[in-house]
Amino acid sequence: MTTFAPSRPVKRTTYIPSMELVPGVIAGSVPGIARMITRAEAGYPEASAALAEIYKHTGKAHIVGITGVPGAGKSTLVSSLIRALASDGYKVGVIAVDPSSPFSGGAILGDRVRMSDAAESCRAFVRSMATRGHLGGLARSTLQAVDILDAAGYSPIIIETVGVGQDEVEVVTAAHTIVVLSAPGLGDDIQAIKAGILEIADIHAVSKSDKPEAPATVSALKGMMALGTYRTGSNWSPPVLPVSSVSGERIGELKDAIGRHWVHLRESGELATRQRSICRTRILGTARHLFQQKFDEKAGGLEKYIQAVVNRDIDPLVAAHMLLGWDHEGRIT
Amino acid sequence: MTDTTITGQDSGATADSEVQSPGTIRVLVAKLGLDGHDRGAKIVARILRDAGMEVIYTGLYKSPNEVVNAAIQEDVDVIGVSLLSGSHVPLFRELGRCQRQLKAEHIFVVAGGVIPEQDYAALLDSGVDAIVPQEARADLIVTTIRNLIAARGRI
Repeated sequence: MTTFAPSRPVKRTTYIPSMELVPGVIAGSVPGIARMITRAEAGYPEASAALAEIYKHTGKAHIVGITGVPGAGKSTLVSSLIRALASDGYKVGVIAVDPSSPFSGGAILGDRVRMSDAAESCRAFVRSMATRGHLGGLARSTLQAVDILDAAGYSPIIIETVGVGQDEVEVVTAAHTIVVLSAPGLGDDIQAIKAGILEIADIHAVSKSDKPEAPATVSALKGMMALGTYRTGSNWSPPVLPVSSVSGERIGELKDAIGRHWVHLRESGELATRQRSICRTRILGTARHLFQQKFDEKAGGLEKYIQAVVNRDIDPLVAAHMLLGWDHEGRIT
Repeated sequence: MTDTTITGQDSGATADSEVQSPGTIRVLVAKLGLDGHDRGAKIVARILRDAGMEVIYTGLYKSPNEVVNAAIQEDVDVIGVSLLSGSHVPLFRELGRCQRQLKAEHIFVVAGGVIPEQDYAALLDSGVDAIVPQEARADLIVTTIRNLIAARGRI
């Protein structure tokens, strides 16, 4: 095998300070937005001031969360929505979240496969994001990425969660409008009256409506809605919409329902409540994360407690108190 | 079995040199043109995932322009292209042209697939940073990417 002589010097890129990226982000520069998201994700301390500056320019976008079981058709639906919204003149942003491996930390981010044609032809911004160990259906920095797109003038911004089970409902405290996508043929009406994911929907969509099982799923969801399980104190009634991305059937109706819900939030005053709840969760979530980070840094003393717990000398609760430097009744000393 | 990568760069810098940690490596695995076979690309995606990288797969039949635009939005460190169709010379030339036009030359390009040795020079000329021969072992793909990025530092 021939080895080639070096033909050019090593590529080196100068690190552009994050603050210098801010004007570009606000002006809508795609490379600037992309790089800023990378830095928010990586959690560079150097980027915090820039993110704080960007945050001042946010609050204009309609944030739409799309969630559902793996394989329900979320990415395909998002791709159809990008086209429908772009043809109405919207500048659509998408953050598509997929899980990171708990073993290697790596990830396969496959949502773009379904969206790339729509993204390319509609000039939408599509970013794939890995959870990097965060549970609940989103990544820790998903909302920072949403801020960046918001400041850059994208609206609506669609967050596609990881494929979720029954309980990963974090998106409810991240978005203004939640679309829960159900796939036909995956369960009976008992599934539909369970607590969790189905309760959070502002709009129910049933994918693959070209399949024969779809009407049964639609009826099960409508039956559930008839029992009145939607959030109390709201006069919004979540529609149940069968959609098919294959035939394009009723994608327009879904797009209209998303728009109607946005109008409803603003006119009813519910938007202010949601904004507060989003901010509350973000502050708490970030504080918990920072606390956890600091804690992990000093958790080096863990080993000796593990052996003590294995030996039954102390129980896990006492070990945790000792690790935290608290007394045996959990008082901070 | 080979354990050599063909690179267009002075690969003097090693993974453990003095540069700052580049963080999580992001790779766009792309299929260009009318090459309709992506078993290999998916296996490579899986190998990179298991090496702790975040891999975005484009799907089949992408144009060089689409691939570069996707790479910019995803802010990847590397575009990995698998080509089996024999049209690698013009496609990589076009990919390089799109990178220059869209100011995305900072993104490394690693080529793999079925690429005859006599075409290596043309590919390196087009802006390809490394060629991983088809008989290479899995870990060579990983170290090739890590070495390129370690030499670059964080962006």
